[in-house]
Amino acid sequence: MGLQEPRIETSPRVSDEVRKTTCYMCACRCGIDVHLKSGRVVYIDGNRDHPVNRGVLCAKGASGIMQVTSPARLRAPLRRVGPRGSGAFEEITWDEALEIAVDWLKPLRETAPERLAFFTGRDQSQSFTSLWAQSFGTPNYAAHGGFCSVNMAAAGIYTMGGAFWEFGAPDWERTKLFVLFGVAEDHDSNPIKIGIGKLKARGARVIGVNPIRTGYNAVADDWYGITPGTDGLLILSLVHEILKAGKVDLDYLARWTNAPCLVGEDGLLLRDAEGRLLVIDRATGAPAPFDAGGVRPDLGASWQGCRTVFRHLAERYLSEDYAPEAVASRTGISASRIKGLAAEIAAAFDAPVVLPRPWTDFRGERHETMVGRPVSFHAMRGISAHSNGFQTARALHLLQILLGAVETPGSFRFKPPYPKPFDAHPTPHCDCVPGKPLGGPHLGFPRGPEDLALKADGSPARIDKAFSWENPLSVHGLMHMVIPNAHAGDPYRIDTLMLYMANMAWNSSMNTAAVMEMLTDRDEKGEYRIPRIIYSDAYASEMVAYADLVLPDTTYLERHDCISLLDRPICEPDAAADAIRWPVVAPDREVRGFQSVLVDLANRLGLPGFVDEEGRAKYQDYADYMVHHERRLGVGPLMGWRGDGSETGRGAPNPDQIDRYVANGGFCVEHVPEEAAFFKPWNAAYQDWAVNLGFYDKPLPYLFSLWVEPLQRFRLAAEGHGTRQPPAHLRDRLRQAMDPLPVWYEPFGEVAGEDYPVHALTQRPMAMYHSWGSQNVWLRQIHGENPLYVPTNIWEEQGFEEGDWARVTSPSGEIVVPVAHMAALNDGTVWTWNAIGKRKGAWALDPAAPEATKGFLLNHLICELMPERGDGLRWSNSDPVTGQAAWFDLRVRIERAAPRAASEPGLEPLASPVPPAPRHRPWRESP
Amino acid sequence: MTALPPPPAKKLGLVIDLDTCVGCHACVTACKGWNDQGYGVPLSDQNAYGSEPSGTFLNRVHGYEVVSGGGPAEIVNFPRSCLHCDNAPCVTVCPTGASYKRAEDGIVLVNEDACIGCGLCAWACPYGARELDAQAGVMKKCTLCVDRIYNDTLPEEDRVPACVRTCPTGARHFGDLADPESAVSRLVAERDGYDLMPELGTAPVNKYLQPRPKGAAEARPLAPLLDVRATGLAGWLDRLLERL
Repeated sequence: MGLQEPRIETSPRVSDEVRKTTCYMCACRCGIDVHLKSGRVVYIDGNRDHPVNRGVLCAKGASGIMQVTSPARLRAPLRRVGPRGSGAFEEITWDEALEIAVDWLKPLRETAPERLAFFTGRDQSQSFTSLWAQSFGTPNYAAHGGFCSVNMAAAGIYTMGGAFWEFGAPDWERTKLFVLFGVAEDHDSNPIKIGIGKLKARGARVIGVNPIRTGYNAVADDWYGITPGTDGLLILSLVHEILKAGKVDLDYLARWTNAPCLVGEDGLLLRDAEGRLLVIDRATGAPAPFDAGGVRPDLGASWQGCRTVFRHLAERYLSEDYAPEAVASRTGISASRIKGLAAEIAAAFDAPVVLPRPWTDFRGERHETMVGRPVSFHAMRGISAHSNGFQTARALHLLQILLGAVETPGSFRFKPPYPKPFDAHPTPHCDCVPGKPLGGPHLGFPRGPEDLALKADGSPARIDKAFSWENPLSVHGLMHMVIPNAHAGDPYRIDTLMLYMANMAWNSSMNTAAVMEMLTDRDEKGEYRIPRIIYSDAYASEMVAYADLVLPDTTYLERHDCISLLDRPICEPDAAADAIRWPVVAPDREVRGFQSVLVDLANRLGLPGFVDEEGRAKYQDYADYMVHHERRLGVGPLMGWRGDGSETGRGAPNPDQIDRYVANGGFCVEHVPEEAAFFKPWNAAYQDWAVNLGFYDKPLPYLFSLWVEPLQRFRLAAEGHGTRQPPAHLRDRLRQAMDPLPVWYEPFGEVAGEDYPVHALTQRPMAMYHSWGSQNVWLRQIHGENPLYVPTNIWEEQGFEEGDWARVTSPSGEIVVPVAHMAALNDGTVWTWNAIGKRKGAWALDPAAPEATKGFLLNHLICELMPERGDGLRWSNSDPVTGQAAWFDLRVRIERAAPRAASEPGLEPLASPVPPAPRHRPWRESP
Repeated sequence: MTALPPPPAKKLGLVIDLDTCVGCHACVTACKGWNDQGYGVPLSDQNAYGSEPSGTFLNRVHGYEVVSGGGPAEIVNFPRSCLHCDNAPCVTVCPTGASYKRAEDGIVLVNEDACIGCGLCAWACPYGARELDAQAGVMKKCTLCVDRIYNDTLPEEDRVPACVRTCPTGARHFGDLADPESAVSRLVAERDGYDLMPELGTAPVNKYLQPRPKGAAEARPLAPLLDVRATGLAGWLDRLLERL
């Protein structure tokens, strides 16, 4: 054939219109450009101007078009007509659905509001859903943080007024060494990938500490394949090494942390008559308030028998108990490797970054430069989801702070509205009175036992037992305990369980099969133990089958939302930012955004805050709320274009606000001034900027808490001090767990003993978010199966071969699943991808889909309760400080099993609430 | 059989950095999304919600474990798509002239109107970079987003392949590999970029950059300030605080 080339169109028009909104394919909340042709979505890519993703998009984001056209989308409200769990429903009208909901909820509100438990899953509107629950008057509200990463959030905020996750970020431009601990490959996903790309481009060093060497750990320059649950011990050994070598930033510790504060006999810090923390001023040798002008705190002081926090911590961590040789075998990392890591950290410490940027601190002292240590850390689920995760995260923050590597150039930086110290957050509220709203927010940061959510008789006030002696600092609640507790009537029975976007009958629950039984179990009168279940979801998830009333939500392109500074914001270290979603296409089904449905219900129920004194609705729908709600005077859900449109942060509601967001690409950005960009907790310019934007109402400079006093207050109670006393069976545990300095103890899962020698973990793939992905044609072709990955030594010991199956047994359950070999793995650990396995009949998948046959959940092996101790008590499988679900404490044994067609346990198929999916895509016949 | 053009003056292609690719598959679905609505027929999916779903993808990412002596096993994420070879065997094998290499910029394309779906080109390609679309019965392959890179309805900065635009870690680079001064050519020179299976003589335009060596850094071991056990905490504290 000759060289005649066909003429091709190289400049086709992609779309008639681009609409810019916010992605919801995971929690990252990137800006997206949605391309439309004749009103239909044809293509989605990243918004180049957006502060989160700068134009890039992950595999999920680019597959959003398959989510918006998913055959699993619910079509109309559903009323259950068969037994619960059968999946037998009839479609009803919205009027009927709302009437049913009001009929159920109104009497509860008037008589016993606590009998409504309202919990939300991948909710991105928690400041709104919590306000609704607060107005209803039930103490039983939380989102999913308790089974996600509350340890990370709580440890960060109690220690330094900010956390990893999306609340802070490494200084990607300047850091020389970046160390990741146990990072799940999803949260803040594009910012971390963009950041790693920047480090790689300029040759900065990346180190991964993770039992599994995939993803970010695969590109890390070095990898420490640690034994799960021992990160805290490794970190405290690093602390030992850097302390011993004196590689700690003394000036930073003296000025900005409570290291120079004096610890009294009772373990609380000394204060003056006005309650200000006291330090010893090096100039005078006398006590002075920490924030007095010109004070130079003395780290090494001792005064009237009281020693500084720094002396206490040095004494503890210089102990040979933390020497690399002492922790090597337990962590699975050799002493020489631990010393090598400490030396790398110290080398970065010894190469400070100096920015010629003058600034003034809260004591009024002017600094000509900004000096920082270019070593940064990040961590997520891997260290968080253990029963020692709170103290492990604390240990990591201790290491960062000793190095002077928080809020300094080259280190870890907060994203506004953080920093914000724990004592600037509310305390929990549980004061439940029929017909009245709660006195304040459900969730908060207890300062001591006085803030626990307990009834007068000392029993837990909340259904999930959050803020009880079992887990005093459960700042995100314990969603994983709601169904088991409601079923057990411990601490009490409820009437209605209302859930939003939480697949609690499947991958979001521990002990999944048992939870399904709890949801369908009946009492002696034949009534369901959990009498009523209302569920809102956009898709035919496994949980739908267990609802009595289903309120179908829209997809993310069909709805209003606000990504609010009152909630989990999308800021960057150099900018405050918020964003909206808006209906870039109209729904073609009888579905409604759940937040608008809540507004409607609030109006019908006459909830205070939602209706005025005459009972008239203040908001028509969620969009109306986004614009007109004021949390404090002039401060609402969205910061941009307030007042006459020229005000940011504070200002009267502006009816044109949403239009202004749409015109600006769906988001608003306000940059941090240069002189305010680092040292934020202590930087006068930052504090003033934060007050102007409405993050708080007056400057709030504070010291980092190496010594966390609220922990010590609980410890004092455990030792018998004070009037509010823990039950006897919890005293020892509180004394150990509520240590005011970071501590490492064995994860509780170790009680499984020698019969269960192997650690079992899950990871979330970068191309899949929770359970949503499997209905997505493109994503399920990337992750349609999830074998159990087995390290070489176990593979050989068991004589496994490709295509084999294994029986995996934990103290509470057994599964039989396909296995695959993986060498780049800690040799005492097996793992699989999270939430790939699906129940037959869910998500509009064919029952023969690999997700429903070979796919499996590790959840069947993880009990929400610890093994019985014969004391009649239900001990939850959670961190004793925060109640974080201890998913990764799991211990198993594994043995070769005969091959089979499907994973076990196999569960009965669900009847699908949606029609069968088309076989091929595109749906139309080929041309 | 189809003839190749004389060596083009411009050789557009990709440089893929295996040191930076985290295996996130962003490029896979960005490619699918663009090309599902772009050049030629859509990229169909069979058994979309059933067992063994199989669709057409122009770009896939594979993960390989590398077990070498000494160090722990490593994982390399390896994106795979058409390499737009200078000596493209998929072109010369095509019986209808449907497969061709553009004289202008070296992009290898399929003229779907002339493609009979015989699959010879997929058989000839040693890289497995071509996929026959089961619904349309025509051969699909990476077009280097020929309908993006010259597309004057797009902002100039967006005139790059969809996979490059979306890559969150910046592991994918696009440019003219015939121009030694181009950013991609300089990157290849700096990092010793290499050809896949050069022994086959296909002369791929796309280059890969090797993962950098991994392992412990040369860091001086930490020396204690003094022997804490001998001097006690007080001695250590004095020595440390002298420096303030």
